[in-house]
Amino acid sequence: MSVFAALIARDLRLMRRRPGDVGVVLAFFVMATVLFPLGIGPETNLLARIAAGVLWCAALFAALLSLERLFVTDYDDGALDLLLLAPGPLELAALAKCAAHWIVTGLPLSLLAPILGVSFGLDRTGLVALTCTLLVGTPTLSLIGGLGAALTLGAPRGGALLALLVLPLCVPTLIFGTGAVEAAVLGDGFLTHLAILGAIALLALATTPWAIAAALRQAGE
Amino acid sequence: MAASSPAVALAIEDLACRRGGRPVFAHVSVNLAGGALLALTGRNGSGKTTLLRALALLTPHQAGTIKWQGHDVAEAPEAWRGQLAWLGHVDGLKGDLTLAENLVAAERLRGAGIPSPSRLDAALGAFDLAALAARPARTLSAGQRRRAALARVVLTAAPLWLLDEPTNALDGPAQAALRAALQRHLGTGGIVVAATHAPLDIAGAQTLELGSLERGMA
Repeated sequence: MSVFAALIARDLRLMRRRPGDVGVVLAFFVMATVLFPLGIGPETNLLARIAAGVLWCAALFAALLSLERLFVTDYDDGALDLLLLAPGPLELAALAKCAAHWIVTGLPLSLLAPILGVSFGLDRTGLVALTCTLLVGTPTLSLIGGLGAALTLGAPRGGALLALLVLPLCVPTLIFGTGAVEAAVLGDGFLTHLAILGAIALLALATTPWAIAAALRQAGE
Repeated sequence: MAASSPAVALAIEDLACRRGGRPVFAHVSVNLAGGALLALTGRNGSGKTTLLRALALLTPHQAGTIKWQGHDVAEAPEAWRGQLAWLGHVDGLKGDLTLAENLVAAERLRGAGIPSPSRLDAALGAFDLAALAARPARTLSAGQRRRAALARVVLTAAPLWLLDEPTNALDGPAQAALRAALQRHLGTGGIVVAATHAPLDIAGAQTLELGSLERGMA
């Protein structure tokens, strides 16, 4: 467990030294979502209808943008060898990398989304549902994305490959995330959707660390 | 000395590795007792790095066994990794962390906790890095980075050091510091396996020349 904490602490410190990396991701999220109201015009009903889908897709793309770097820097500077040689289980280290990624992308994206949701004319229940689903759903994106990042290590143009690998796997999260917001706007409860999102997150938590560790060992050979 | 003798700490028996479907080396057998240094020599591409990575279980070996104090290391890889200090051909330093932060982070990743200031100072002092401790690693020169990576190895207090070209980019005084650190480590019963082109000038060092397949050494 101390290795888990040590790796999160190291990665968070590294990101604090380079706030621009996180800033670019958040700026992309804001730009991508704000373009929709500007492009579609002031049709409040239409905007409120598409808000969840646009914000969820933009969050997914923003998370992808930062995932490519998740293991590449460690791979290039030799720190990956030190991770592979750490006496603790590599699965825990893989989970720590994904957790650090979520803290600096998933969490701020989730907190930023309701502010942007206002510009789409989402009502209060819609905004609450949006924030809740993003908070529960973005860890899944970090875990699945971590797997994609580990699998594409060492591949030329890994970024495009990463998107092709990760996007299909994120479809269930996207469907239930946007479904929850629509259900909330229509006045139905969104707890069912939220529970399914939680189940998907737990499934990712129970499987991806092992797959990421295997992919990292393969990359280290 | 028989392979089963307790004085033999690291026994490599009939090791063979392939890379990309091609045999890199085969039938490598070496016995090392505490306090021994094994220099791996040979041309570029002869498999020095592959042998080091195979010893660390980073690369799988196709045949043979690696035994540490009589036990096959493949049976308890996590315990084995705890015995190792690794210096790869890249330094393993994070450019945005200071030199001291790099050493502390690496030590914590080994599960060893935060090293005491005196141990940290001793490791930094061994390579004359005290004045650079607060500098971000990306501002250091190649030789300074190599020295920092060597200080990380010293800090681990692991019994077996696996070093890939430790003298790369080192100037004269730094090479002398490396020699002194190696001698201190060997003096306490530690073992060093180093892939190297430059002679390390350690008395009693064993040499294994790779590149000519079907060679072994006892």
